[in-house]
Amino acid sequence: MKKFSLLSFLMLVLLTLLVACGGEETGSDEGNGDSDGGGDDAGERHAIIFKSTGNPFGEKLMEGFEDAITEAGDEAILRAPEQPTVEGQIQIIEELISQQVDSITVVGNDYDGLEPVLTKAKDRGIKVLSTDSAVNGNSRMVHVNQADPEAIGRIQIEAVAEMIDNEGQIAVLSATSQASNQNLWIEWMQKELEKSDYDNIELVEVAYGDDLRDKSVSETEALLQSYPDLKGIIAPTTVGIAAASKVITDKGLQGEVVVTGLGLPSEMAEYIENGVSPWMYLWNPIELGYLAGYTANMLVAEEITGEVGDTFEAGDLGSYEVTETEDGTEVLLGDPFRFDADNIDEWKDVY
Amino acid sequence: MTEKNRMNLATISKFREFGLLGFIVLLTIVIQFLNPAFLTLGNLTDLIKNTAILSILALGMMLVLITRGIDLSIGATLALSGMIAALTVSAYPDLHPLLAILIGILVGVVCGVVLGFLVSKVGILPIIASLGLMNAFRGLTFWVGGGEWISAYQMPSSFKNIATSSFLGINTLVIIAIIIFLYFYYFVNNTITGRQIYALGSNPDSAKISGINSHKIYMIVYTMMGGLSGLAGVLWVSKFASAQGNTASGYELTVIAACILGGVSINGGVGKVTGVLLGAVLLGVLDNGLPLIDVSPFWQMGIEGAIILVAVLFNTIVKKTVEKNNRLRRVI
Repeated sequence: MKKFSLLSFLMLVLLTLLVACGGEETGSDEGNGDSDGGGDDAGERHAIIFKSTGNPFGEKLMEGFEDAITEAGDEAILRAPEQPTVEGQIQIIEELISQQVDSITVVGNDYDGLEPVLTKAKDRGIKVLSTDSAVNGNSRMVHVNQADPEAIGRIQIEAVAEMIDNEGQIAVLSATSQASNQNLWIEWMQKELEKSDYDNIELVEVAYGDDLRDKSVSETEALLQSYPDLKGIIAPTTVGIAAASKVITDKGLQGEVVVTGLGLPSEMAEYIENGVSPWMYLWNPIELGYLAGYTANMLVAEEITGEVGDTFEAGDLGSYEVTETEDGTEVLLGDPFRFDADNIDEWKDVY
Repeated sequence: MTEKNRMNLATISKFREFGLLGFIVLLTIVIQFLNPAFLTLGNLTDLIKNTAILSILALGMMLVLITRGIDLSIGATLALSGMIAALTVSAYPDLHPLLAILIGILVGVVCGVVLGFLVSKVGILPIIASLGLMNAFRGLTFWVGGGEWISAYQMPSSFKNIATSSFLGINTLVIIAIIIFLYFYYFVNNTITGRQIYALGSNPDSAKISGINSHKIYMIVYTMMGGLSGLAGVLWVSKFASAQGNTASGYELTVIAACILGGVSINGGVGKVTGVLLGAVLLGVLDNGLPLIDVSPFWQMGIEGAIILVAVLFNTIVKKTVEKNNRLRRVI
């Protein structure tokens, strides 16, 4: 009997612990939405779903989204699955549909995988849009993009060309081989490389670090072993660029191999300061989330429908126009932002 | 009879290790043939350095598996202790790196004690208890880190030097792994507690009857596993100079794979330190070698899985042949 009561007590403690932990994550998100969104109880409810929890980029993106929504006096619901999976996002979207939210903004973990559930949401009258990482044209009304994929791809080649004086071998270290935005940027990098200015630059390999630290490090080491004359690495992903820079730093190859691409300022501060990466790019996730929030609001207010040619004002950011892409329509935030030794100090604490 | 059985088991496990070693050599030759950069000093240094953390964890997991248990929470424990160590050094940059390591081990030990308690005293199945704790520890990691990452610039160089420094030309990570390997070799083969772990794993009932304190043994193996995960967490964060909430997510499966490859039986009672080391090295060779040979990333995971299957099959066939020979020789 004594043993049994001890056992039940322990189970209770464990459960409380689990509930407390689980509640902490979602609770803090939704709690923020509630407290900030006060004032207009009958307001609309706008949900955003990021790829996974605990990603600083995602936190800032959702922060911007929340700002835009609360400015309009509505309620923001911030959600993300624990792992970056389609299944996790589908489950959350199902929940949001039954909660009858007014709009769903999704940062897709898969380009096509969310189509059935998002179509269901649209059929129920929920406005659906994607931001950062797109879902296919049938699943969304509009996509809010950081910057033109073409500009992102081309600017990274321009950067690496300038760093290596237009001559030598370069390699790309990407996220997963199925990551839709990375693949699109890499396509544009390859198109930019066709220009005659870059005749002496050779793209030797596109490696995939899967956004995992250990794998990205192994892939970078393999690139350095396989191509001893390698002059530059472009990593259009936050984990990849930091892992590649760490390898170059540890091997003392500063100045011999340059790293550039897209990275988080906080993660890259060390390597921009030590010169491994002279500069790199990223958009402002707060502004991206803010623009997505405004777009969601405009869709719900039915001021725009996501058709080409729609224009709207997005608070402090100015005016935007919906443009056409190969698959569906989109709103573009602007050119990627350059982080270098001069400005990294003020940005590294931001995100 | 038992004497003979033990001898047979010994021959089998010896064969298993030779099989595995042969497979590693074969794989090395193939990779070397496809990319001559594989067997260079620089690359081998990378390989050994990258395998160090895996082998540390695999040794701890071996003990857990020998007692018929499993620990799925080690990836989360690793992330939690790494995160706490990183937060500590970013707040107190003058902290001695050894203290940072101690903090990490301490966090890991606490995690291990909780799991050990649930398994030994409360009697929850290890797979269930560690699954629950895995989520709890992961959540705790996000919570203490506030969802943020701790980046390279926030860590003092003394902390990052743990993983990059070397002693007598050998990287510190490798030295730590070697020390732990030697200690484990001594511990499982020459101490009473070490032998009791095997006894408990091969037959829990008779082990208890013979006076082995099973609670104590379970507590010891899970606490050691936790401590090693904590140590690995600090080394991981120091090596990659970044602590994330999802650090080493799913890494427990890699560790378990290394153990299985190394001949540790999920049914308990069987497993050798040298075998586990070879298992970890095989995975290390794959992680290092596959990016070197030019295969499509779509195929890379498939190839890795296939090679692991072939290695296990190879082992099983060798084991069966040996067993068959033994049965034929047995006097009835």
